[in-house]
Amino acid sequence: MITPTAPAVPTAAKPKLAVYKFSSCDGCQLQLLNLEDQLLDLVGAVEIAYFLEARRRELPPPYDIGLVEGSVSTPEEEERIQHVRRDCKYLVTIGACATSGGIQALRNWANIDEFVGHVYAQPEHVSTLETATPIAAHVFVDFELRGCPVNQLQVAELLSALLVGRKPNIPTHSLCIECKRRGLPCVLVSDNQPCLGPITQAGCGALCPAVGRACYGCFGPMEQPNMASLGSWFTSRLGYSPRKMKQMLRLFNGYLEPFKQASDHYERLDARK
Amino acid sequence: MTATVKIGQQLYLSCSALDDMIQALRGLGFTVVGPRVVDGVISWQTLETAADLPRGVSDQQSAGSYRLVDGEPELMFQFVVGPDGPKRYFFPASLRLFEFHVSQQNFVLDAGPPQVPKLAMLGVRACELAAIAVQDRVFGIDDPTTFRCESEPYYSQTRQESLLIAVNCTRPSGTCFCAAWGTGPAATHGFDLALTELRDGFLVQVGSKRGCLLLEKLPVREPTQAEIELAEIKLERARERMGRALDVRGLKELLDQSIEYPEWDEIAHRCLSCGNCTMVCPTCFCCSVSDTTDLGAGSQQVSRTRQWESCFTHQFTYTVSGPERNTIRGRYRHWLRHKLGTWWEQFGSSGCVGCGRCITWCPVGIDLTEEVRRLRERSQAPGSRGPTLRPGEVDHGPVSR
Repeated sequence: MITPTAPAVPTAAKPKLAVYKFSSCDGCQLQLLNLEDQLLDLVGAVEIAYFLEARRRELPPPYDIGLVEGSVSTPEEEERIQHVRRDCKYLVTIGACATSGGIQALRNWANIDEFVGHVYAQPEHVSTLETATPIAAHVFVDFELRGCPVNQLQVAELLSALLVGRKPNIPTHSLCIECKRRGLPCVLVSDNQPCLGPITQAGCGALCPAVGRACYGCFGPMEQPNMASLGSWFTSRLGYSPRKMKQMLRLFNGYLEPFKQASDHYERLDARK
Repeated sequence: MTATVKIGQQLYLSCSALDDMIQALRGLGFTVVGPRVVDGVISWQTLETAADLPRGVSDQQSAGSYRLVDGEPELMFQFVVGPDGPKRYFFPASLRLFEFHVSQQNFVLDAGPPQVPKLAMLGVRACELAAIAVQDRVFGIDDPTTFRCESEPYYSQTRQESLLIAVNCTRPSGTCFCAAWGTGPAATHGFDLALTELRDGFLVQVGSKRGCLLLEKLPVREPTQAEIELAEIKLERARERMGRALDVRGLKELLDQSIEYPEWDEIAHRCLSCGNCTMVCPTCFCCSVSDTTDLGAGSQQVSRTRQWESCFTHQFTYTVSGPERNTIRGRYRHWLRHKLGTWWEQFGSSGCVGCGRCITWCPVGIDLTEEVRRLRERSQAPGSRGPTLRPGEVDHGPVSR
């Protein structure tokens, strides 16, 4: 993760913001629009130069800040991301798809022709890549925001930090710390739920544990996660099979290391049986 | 009503009068906080009546597991500590320190920390009293000579305003080991009142002038000799039924000697470095302070917030050369050595009070008492005296990037 050392944007003119969509569901862009209370402040602070989901008008590049949603899944996107990188001074990926490949990266373990054949009546019209990959697999990315979708407060925090040139307060520690700060009961210890919180990066505000549900890791791996230890607790103490473990890890961030490596490990264990 | 109540006196309070106590406290302007069942755990919440207390509820705790179970229907305090406690109120998990905006060439203060609450804590356990005493030393409330941290006005003021009503533990849990430290199961000092639950009432010990004044408002009577003896027997039995044991002799020396023991590598295989143990620990005081600006025009609105932080996070020791403790092994070792060893040098006491929370709430059940036992075994094994540093095994060097 790179942190800015100087304001990423010139202070005199209003910095230009671009928001791009790649293969995704638009949910992360919506989080930007969901800022509601801060939306007026945002348009006061930056020039919305390119944001097709929000406005028709497009201003020409270059842009000061580019937010990219979605993974690279088609030949067209493979080419377009190069242009996006060239057009943006500071490039930030927003959400699980852009950061890890997203749920569509499940195809990376399967045969794409089979998938396309199952879904589309005339597969020959579909132009797609064999894999769905994160933006950072194609171009240099300055900062990544995790989550499916991203947390709107983290989006606001990142933008405000970029505007004054300070380090954004985006934690990389476990979700547990956020959960405990809120005083939420631990669903793993008190209810045996398979909570991925101890290996998942904080940032969502412990949404799922707050409604009594286990974290399913949509913010992806935390800093130095101990996958093996939690995995062996789940398999030996809670009785989860290697297949179930693989499925838990291969969700929104399955293609992001070390979730990927661990899910491959459980796949091999499953195949051995 | 009794005429005058004296410090040190023992009195009997009936079960039904507990609600009178809560109402009397509320009448005096206190917010009463204490144990309450929330989503399957005993959590520390605001109490409005005695009916909010977890009557008839007991807990089963073991390494990495916590369950509430049915207890004897008439008893109110058959459980021990849950994941949180008084710490959350004196040292909030998140506290806004101030807010200001820039006006012309000046900083203009808009808001300071929130107003200090007036809290009456009902059901504080002996180990928690010991933990409060530890945090008092950390935040410098009593003794300026052991004061090592930055001045902590919110903590000191909240503590001074607060009233502590202890409840002695007559039924320790599977992860309790306060008897090892002598911090429980009975409260000996640091409380305003201390209750021992008998079948249909409480034996109350008065600990302070404020405790006297409160009891004078309540329907108390002299206890019978049998009631006093029963309370003593219950506490003696509790002392014998600790779920865990810890040999605390020479711990600091043991930990100093253990720096390169292979046990740390073994723990690092299990430790998730998730920080749960430090979040639930009643004495852990680490925090981070962060400044945020708003998105508004010119980013002129600024606020500073303090949050609980953990020595288990990678960023906690982040400096220009990278994190100081770059491995889980290093972070666990640092935590345990500080808690049980170097805490003595820093604050003149142990950082552990034997509440067992770190054992219960570790998602993979790492047991502090068990780890210490293993370290001690290693130190006593023949030929294992002194540290053995293998080449390249220093784990606190800067991360290379």
